[in-house]
Amino acid sequence: MKDRVADFWREDAPVDPVKHTMRPIVTGTSVLGVKCVDGVVIAADTLGSYGSLARFRDIERLMKVNDNVLIGGFGDYADFQHIMKLLNQQTIDDAVIGDGVYRDAPSIHNWLRCVLYNRRTKFNPLWNTIIVAGNTYTGEPYLGYVDKIGVSFEDRSVATGFGAYIAQPMMRRALEENPNMTCVQARELMARCLKVLFYRDCRALNRFHIGVVTRAGCEISGPLSTDTDWSIGANPSGYE
Amino acid sequence: MSSIGSGYDLSAGQFSPDGRVFQVEYAIKAVENSGSVIAIRGSDGVVFGVEKIITSTLYEEGSNRRVYSIDSHIGAAVAGLLSDARAAVNRARDEAANFKDTYQVPIPLKTLCERLGHYMHYFTVYGSLRPFGVSILLGSWDEVNGPKLMEIDPAGATRGYYGCAVGKGRQNAKTEIEKLDMSKMTCRELVREVAKVVYSVHDEVKDKHFELELSWIGKETNGQHQLVPKEIYEEAKKYAEESLNDSDDEDTDM
Repeated sequence: MKDRVADFWREDAPVDPVKHTMRPIVTGTSVLGVKCVDGVVIAADTLGSYGSLARFRDIERLMKVNDNVLIGGFGDYADFQHIMKLLNQQTIDDAVIGDGVYRDAPSIHNWLRCVLYNRRTKFNPLWNTIIVAGNTYTGEPYLGYVDKIGVSFEDRSVATGFGAYIAQPMMRRALEENPNMTCVQARELMARCLKVLFYRDCRALNRFHIGVVTRAGCEISGPLSTDTDWSIGANPSGYE
Repeated sequence: MSSIGSGYDLSAGQFSPDGRVFQVEYAIKAVENSGSVIAIRGSDGVVFGVEKIITSTLYEEGSNRRVYSIDSHIGAAVAGLLSDARAAVNRARDEAANFKDTYQVPIPLKTLCERLGHYMHYFTVYGSLRPFGVSILLGSWDEVNGPKLMEIDPAGATRGYYGCAVGKGRQNAKTEIEKLDMSKMTCRELVREVAKVVYSVHDEVKDKHFELELSWIGKETNGQHQLVPKEIYEEAKKYAEESLNDSDDEDTDM
């Protein structure tokens, strides 16, 4: 439709070429999140895949937005960097007003939903799924999910990509057995889930960051890794 | 007092026969009538002090801020028409955000001053606009370049300083500041001195009440511009008030 000569001469024709994201290029795999009684824990590995090539093995897919909010990005890394840049500038703009008001996790979550849904409506999505973890204004833990088509919801445990198939059942069972999970226990759960993901997800890496938000503040620790045992893979049978 | 413009002062787009742009000079007058603003560049940072003259008993303490942060690593103190000041500060914030978007580093102070000076100068060359009636003192500190202090006047000219004062009491303030050995003093020491200068130049007769606003940026604050913390502020205020009383006593003794 845009190729018609008549369209070129229209007065409201765009000056720049219209761009549509077709496919993600450098991608990050699963981001996991679990809400605990005393805070929220999220985790992501440090791999930026270039298709099937494990190209950038030390990228940060978790970002601290402000003292009360962390986000984790799955999908196209350039689009995630764009989102990080926008959020960082927003945080500075809030801070310079100097009245102590900041954006809490639900606010950031909603803002991301607006941005991502808007982009999808224009058929030019930011090819990401973002996990938002943090505190509400009253100090309660908050965990949200928003993706490239603008689907957005909150849950006690969230996971993107492969994590939704492999880690989510593990996290849900752990929460069932221990509904009053603490951040310390959640960290162990994250490490266990990421280990299984490293076994099963071909685009995962055994090097990850874990982010924890509590009432006191938030921090991202890492890079960490887990011990893996590949000896069980030595003699598979039934796949000949 | 000042010579009458007599026809050459109708717009910023005119020179007078003796080579003056009266509109710019009138803008500078607007700054001179505002409450004093002091800034001192020390060995490890910059301290700002503002004499906020209070005209009403209904005034809420801590409101009507005269010091602003431009992108967290630069502090700005303003004197003159406060609404013009807000417009200039908003422009400075846009410049800083755009610079960071392009170059991925925080804007250096000199670059920001040049941009803001350029912007303010724009309003001094067209007949349809009036100049900004503000002087802005800008300060920053970072590990590599140390502390820096600059002033932009309504003409859009930028100058670097070790110590600077604008507003009502600037003559007296400059005299007081010149007595200090600034380059050897830390921010901590300077906070008290800045408070003392503001208190000493405040005219009790003409402007009854005032609120002191103190802010700093330096090694102590890790390069972030912020209001001086409460305890240090109170201590500085006390030091300033006591110094004032001491000098009063000296006068009466004589």
